[in-house]
Amino acid sequence: MTVVSSGRVVGSWRAAWLRVEGHWAWYRRYWTSNLYSSGLQPLMYLLAMGIGFGSQVEPGPATGGLSYVHYVAPALLVAGAVQYAVGESTFPVLSGFKWQKDFIAVTATPVTPGQVLGGQLIWVSMRLLLSGVVYALIAWAFGAWLNAGAALVVLVGALTGVACAAPLMAIAATTYDEGTRFTSIFRFIVMPMLLFAGTFFPIEQIPVAIRWLAWVSPLWHGNELARGVTLGGLDLVPALGHLAFLLALFAAGGLVARHYFYRRLVV
Amino acid sequence: MVEAKALVKRFGDFEAVRGIDLHVRRGEAFGFLGPNGAGKSSTMRMIACVSPRSDGELSVLGLDPDREGPRVRARLGFVPQQDNLDTELTVRQNLQVYGRYFGLSRAHVREKAHELMEFAQLTERADDEVEPLSGGMKRRLTIARSLVNDPELLLLDEPTTGLDPQARHLLWDRLFRLKSAGVTLIVTTHYMDEAEQLCDRLVVMDDGRVVAEGSPSELITRYSTREVLELRFAPGEQEGAVASVSDLGERVEVLPDRVLLYTPTGEAALERVHDRGVRPLSSLVRRSTLEDVFLRLTGRSLVD
Repeated sequence: MTVVSSGRVVGSWRAAWLRVEGHWAWYRRYWTSNLYSSGLQPLMYLLAMGIGFGSQVEPGPATGGLSYVHYVAPALLVAGAVQYAVGESTFPVLSGFKWQKDFIAVTATPVTPGQVLGGQLIWVSMRLLLSGVVYALIAWAFGAWLNAGAALVVLVGALTGVACAAPLMAIAATTYDEGTRFTSIFRFIVMPMLLFAGTFFPIEQIPVAIRWLAWVSPLWHGNELARGVTLGGLDLVPALGHLAFLLALFAAGGLVARHYFYRRLVV
Repeated sequence: MVEAKALVKRFGDFEAVRGIDLHVRRGEAFGFLGPNGAGKSSTMRMIACVSPRSDGELSVLGLDPDREGPRVRARLGFVPQQDNLDTELTVRQNLQVYGRYFGLSRAHVREKAHELMEFAQLTERADDEVEPLSGGMKRRLTIARSLVNDPELLLLDEPTTGLDPQARHLLWDRLFRLKSAGVTLIVTTHYMDEAEQLCDRLVVMDDGRVVAEGSPSELITRYSTREVLELRFAPGEQEGAVASVSDLGERVEVLPDRVLLYTPTGEAALERVHDRGVRPLSSLVRRSTLEDVFLRLTGRSLVD
């Protein structure tokens, strides 16, 4: 008797997409528990900072003459996306290698480590888009948007988030302990970035000597782009510069991550 | 199905597999027997195309794993030593999602999941999450999952380690069925009874090398006697007793808790033990097993 296997190799994009399908099967069971981090957290920031705290802020040159809620709403979307992307590309990715081991299970099929990484990045991007849309709609109900540029802010948020996710996935792929370094990353990189990279106030308030810290942070580039597409006041060349920074971070992070995914999964 | 020549696996300076030759034929059940750390899993992982070889030649299903890994993996099933199921998905979802990675259609995996849950006796738990399932159920699900692409070659790395006897017998039954359906099986184990039950042919591995090869009965004939007489003594008496009975067998193994005398006829040897006035606490005459082969070849018992 001869057995003929029904299995076959699928194309790379298809394989990455099948990973997204797998994540979707999980998401359908657990989506309610993800609501907080995806949509509600940035929304609470908007209520507290934009509407609550913002009521005490006089529109002035720093806010481009706008009310504070309009000034802060686009940046909060991007900041929320970054926070969310960081969460999704650290412990869950380490788990794929170490605890849940789904990356190990999947790479015993025709799917390769590079395709696993691709699926992971696509999945994070999709969830960033989804949570961006949820946030944008609710913020719209609060009158936080001036125009339809808000739709572009969702894209900027997803791009900024995934640009942070790619290098963090590389770090997760080289983490062999319980992920203690992630806590340091949250404390010493992500939190300061959320506070000082131009989300709540212009970075011109930061002393020149350390302003470069904002310049090298992806969130600042995302914030500048997000305000540019909905509030205006951003020229084409700096806009392209911000875009290029985020794309470069994504590409470099993705390549390094790919390298380390192979190194971790093909041993 | 599998051809290996001088196959080597190194991790840094450590050589886990030190040049082994293998030849596995279509339709047979082939076993790797050996203690922990013998290099069985490393070999399995190379055959499963999830671990590149460090040296030597390897061909699986007629293809080179280094260049055609995905194509080989599409046609084989791999049950790793540790279950890596998606514990947050249901039993059914585990099978369906996994099947999709082999390019199977949604309708196909739906049908297949149904069939495999029947096969693995998991139908009643179909829509339960995997996390709370028993160890035996999880193992059966891992095996069911490895069958989702109708593999031509099924690799099982210690399929029954940690299972209770009932669960083991159920698994063995399932593996027999697969074998009679024409699936080629490669099994690693450190249980002799498992190897004897399942394998047409096996290699004994120790310290990264193949130390013997053959069918279980061939190995026993070649490396052991027909019967074994086991003697247990009161604490402190064993040493003295060994001296007076050691010439009664073709070979003697002194283990910490008992003495094994290898002889064609155990009962006759036991009589002579008694004739010499040696009084063991208990004695047992049994057939030789692969454990004896292993003891002979390596000087150690398998479950160290």
